[in-house]
Amino acid sequence: MRELSLHLLDLMENSLEAGASRIEVEIVEDTARNRLTISVSDNGRGMDPQTLERVADPFFTTRTTRHVGLGIPLFKAAAQRCNGDLKIVSQPGVGTRVVADFERDHIDRAPLGDVPGTLLGVILSHRQCDVRFAHRFDGRVFEFDTRRMRQILGDIPLDHPQVRVWLEDYLAEGYRELYGGRDTGSRAETAL
Amino acid sequence: MPKLKSLDELRKLREQVQEDITTRVETGTTIIVGMGTCGIAAGARETMRVILEELRKREIEAHVTTVGCIGMCMREPLVDIEQAGKPRITYGNVTSDKVPRLIEEHLIKGNVVNEWVVGRLSG
Repeated sequence: MRELSLHLLDLMENSLEAGASRIEVEIVEDTARNRLTISVSDNGRGMDPQTLERVADPFFTTRTTRHVGLGIPLFKAAAQRCNGDLKIVSQPGVGTRVVADFERDHIDRAPLGDVPGTLLGVILSHRQCDVRFAHRFDGRVFEFDTRRMRQILGDIPLDHPQVRVWLEDYLAEGYRELYGGRDTGSRAETAL
Repeated sequence: MPKLKSLDELRKLREQVQEDITTRVETGTTIIVGMGTCGIAAGARETMRVILEELRKREIEAHVTTVGCIGMCMREPLVDIEQAGKPRITYGNVTSDKVPRLIEEHLIKGNVVNEWVVGRLSG
């Protein structure tokens, strides 16, 4: 996949498939340490040690509609190419946590890309799930929690067309501010 | 943190929408985008992005929902359009470049784009 945010979307879709009602995402860009870390924690059904061992195998999937699961192995390979790694901790009935870590300025490190698009894809899912999100970029942070938004909205759903338009703008604005007035994550990165 | 201001906007929006809801119930149109690994790899997120852009540009009120893999991976990105009183149409290989025509034909003119249809479900 061309963007790390597409891997992030894939991970979050895994959480939804695992029945999570809450996903916590943290992206940390630390230019001083030259690391980029993406972590996704969910309260889905989790995996036992046997399943966990096989999850990095490209020919393993729990899905019955298709027999090859490429998401995790691809992301792990992407991290390892950049002097990083991908680690998974999981407990049946509790949830799963995936952490992928990259050397930030590594030549093979794909751009983050359209993170707001990824978040919209998950927030608009028919499987209702709350997302707690934080992106830290050196001293700055863009963070939100859809649970808080739902509290404000009361009985109006997050996917109501007018709310969705607000959400699109909110995410775009959050990212513009995070990267100091530049438009998107990917463009800001190349400018740095 | 300017986020507070934005959440205040959300609060105001809620009041507007609530008034709206009392006069007009549903949009009657739902667009469903497949977002499993297969869909993502085939460009489903970009497809969703262009759908959102087109809806905004043409001021069409429609619901947009994402779903996981439904097992037709070779036809991804898959987009379903569901409209009250009409059969639900599944379109295949809807890359983002096809979206403007799809919106124009299906939602504005009311014509099914037969060459891209991979399934029909009568309402």
